[in-house]
Amino acid sequence: MIEDSQNIELLRITTAGSVDDGKSTLIGRLLYDSKSIFEDQLSSIRDYSKTNRNQEIDYSLITDGLKSEREQGITIDVAYRFYSTPKRRFIIADTPGHEQYTRNMATGASNASLALILIDAKKGIVTQTRRHTFISSLLGIRHFVVAINKMDLVDYSEEVFEQIVEEYKAFAEKLSVESISFIPLSALKGDNVIERSTNMPWYQGSPLLDYLENVNVAGGRNLIDFRFPVQYVNWSGNEFRGYCGTISSGVIRKGERVIALPSGRTSKISRIVTYDGDLDYAFAPMAVTLCIEDDIDISRGDLISRENNLPAITGNIEANVVWMDTESMQTGKDYLIKHTTKTVKGSFSEVRYKFDLEKIHRIPAEFLSVNDIGKVKIELKKPLYADLYSKNRLTGSFIVIDPHTNQTVAAGMISKYKQVSPDKACESVKSKVIRYPGDKKEKAKSDYDRLSMQGTQCIYVDDEILQKGLCRGIAVDTDEYSRIIEGLCNIATESGVSVVLCTENEVSLE
Amino acid sequence: MEEKEESYHLSNLKTLEAESIGIIREVAAEFENPVMLYSVGKDSSVMAHLAIKAFYPEKVPFPLLHIDTSYKFPEMYEFRDYYTKKHDLDLKVHRNEEALSKGINPLSAGTVKCCAELKTKALLDALKEGGYDAAFGGARRDEEKSRAKERVFSFRDKHGQWDPKNQKPELWNIFNSRIDPGESIRVFPLSNWTELDIWTYIYHENIEVVPLYFAKKRPVIEKNDQLIPVYTDENPEETKEVMCRFRTLGCHYCTGAVRSEADTMPKIIEEMMVARHSERITRVIDHDQDSSMEQKKMEGYF
Repeated sequence: MIEDSQNIELLRITTAGSVDDGKSTLIGRLLYDSKSIFEDQLSSIRDYSKTNRNQEIDYSLITDGLKSEREQGITIDVAYRFYSTPKRRFIIADTPGHEQYTRNMATGASNASLALILIDAKKGIVTQTRRHTFISSLLGIRHFVVAINKMDLVDYSEEVFEQIVEEYKAFAEKLSVESISFIPLSALKGDNVIERSTNMPWYQGSPLLDYLENVNVAGGRNLIDFRFPVQYVNWSGNEFRGYCGTISSGVIRKGERVIALPSGRTSKISRIVTYDGDLDYAFAPMAVTLCIEDDIDISRGDLISRENNLPAITGNIEANVVWMDTESMQTGKDYLIKHTTKTVKGSFSEVRYKFDLEKIHRIPAEFLSVNDIGKVKIELKKPLYADLYSKNRLTGSFIVIDPHTNQTVAAGMISKYKQVSPDKACESVKSKVIRYPGDKKEKAKSDYDRLSMQGTQCIYVDDEILQKGLCRGIAVDTDEYSRIIEGLCNIATESGVSVVLCTENEVSLE
Repeated sequence: MEEKEESYHLSNLKTLEAESIGIIREVAAEFENPVMLYSVGKDSSVMAHLAIKAFYPEKVPFPLLHIDTSYKFPEMYEFRDYYTKKHDLDLKVHRNEEALSKGINPLSAGTVKCCAELKTKALLDALKEGGYDAAFGGARRDEEKSRAKERVFSFRDKHGQWDPKNQKPELWNIFNSRIDPGESIRVFPLSNWTELDIWTYIYHENIEVVPLYFAKKRPVIEKNDQLIPVYTDENPEETKEVMCRFRTLGCHYCTGAVRSEADTMPKIIEEMMVARHSERITRVIDHDQDSSMEQKKMEGYF
């Protein structure tokens, strides 16, 4: 059993639903029957049900976690549920059906590879069903299981089931969905949840749990395009220098030729370092440390890739954006775009359209408000190394941060980009000399720190450093001193490295 | 010779490990002065192990902070000093000396006040004194109801408090780490781990944990279905020797043991798999009142 746990896979599921469609009962049953709720948790839920809800057990209390929610009787956020069977481990992102629905559904779907859609057999397909299916598909989920619940209330009728299946299929045809399975069940009575139902002999498929344990969702992982956003440079002054990060997609082998963006320099992978020993190869989503044969300068926010398989280098993108903040989008305003390990400034230049989430069609819009989803154009102040979201979830997604409130105001999925040539991209991050008078050392140093943190390649130079080395014995106000500074700055900037210069000397540069 | 075929399968534990290492590195890259809270328990052992892995072969680039109530089990202090020395970790210890000098303990002050002074206040003071802008905690979403909705990056205002209604959405693996001066975040790299994951990982990775987790005959007093370990000479007549172990570790006043024969790692995992009670049942503080954890979190406790 313990040895087997090496082979247990992790499956992330997203689900959503309104209060009375039986979602909580269904999840409660899955959790309870897989022994994922403990007796003491259950007993406190039973106590609360009896005193406050006047019923034996209210399963929704398992999923409504916060006191502030229980008092109001609503669920306000995404809750994560865990259960495991000997075959698989599951994380269910459970999102409420009403308040903040779009934002929460998008959050839940962003890491999931399977969507569990719940339909009340008595009510059939409702707005909620369409909305959840649409958002899940927009967030890149390709596998759906549709649980048609409360079959006990429609006399376990095959006809009712088939009718809902037909209607759902007609709607889902328009979305990019790879597989849909339909399961008739009753969460309350336990039909087709864990055990096959004897009440619906006409249904030949698997019960829900069996389906979840066996469904193949492996197709979602991109193992072709190697992308490695550099997250952390592991160097503390010693001999070792490694680039830490999580492989977004693809496979990398020791000895392979790679290219670093934005510098465009190429080299070979000399080591793939992990605590458990060096590896011959590594693949997504492993977190590793790469060492490079040649001494090329790479910082956080750079991306390591293969020469013949580069991401787009782009300063103009089009994306599906989910707006999450109560403050609406302002076009033209500078926001921060965090994409992989890089944060750049950018602004929304145009809203092409937004989606009417009731009818799932496009309508014109000037801006997006909370819980809106729309297609927008974004202009970036510095280029990103990106892929289309449909090809690559991690290099195709970003979040938008309001620099004044620090809130995460939106999430985006890249659907189109304008590619710039590597030369041009590098030009926009062109190195420069930033000057400070000799008495502004503190300020200069903090500017240098800030630039380095943002991933700008730069060096720091002041009179003290110069006089210890290059300019030893040379007076600060001499021409010779100026010439040395000029020479140093030229060497640095020509190699794409900026200089933060803090000197009393009055050299004129450019 | 046969050529070895490459496999691209990543197990549940390795997936969780990669995710946690990614989170730890992101914080080290984006914050100026992070610290890792270290409670000496099994989750802390796993978290410290992940930090060591994240920065190998270099040292962990931030300190570990133990908020010490002074009432931890002696075995815990011994293990803490041994483990942090062995792995060359920079350990900092903080106690609320003022409250301790007044002789506060759960018997005299009650558990609520005692926790508020020795844990919450001590933690907030230590974070402020150290000027830490990010603090890693070992909390998991499966532990307790109010934690199920916790973010990985959990924002705290200038007073270290948590507002459940004002948390930032988290999508994919992109974390918003923007804060204003004076504000801080708590980071939970083990968010998606379950208790069973923790134990199976400890087993597979050979991670050392405090011996109290293993069953052994220990002197205890039985009170309200809880086995309270005896560390003083009070009421010796009630004391009996019971084969037991601890599922969580806290202060000896407030942490009960469970009857168990599990004296090896595989036996603990086997016991876990059939467990019908959550680990927090042996924590006296969660039972004080409904939602007591949510309340503590809002005030600044983890």
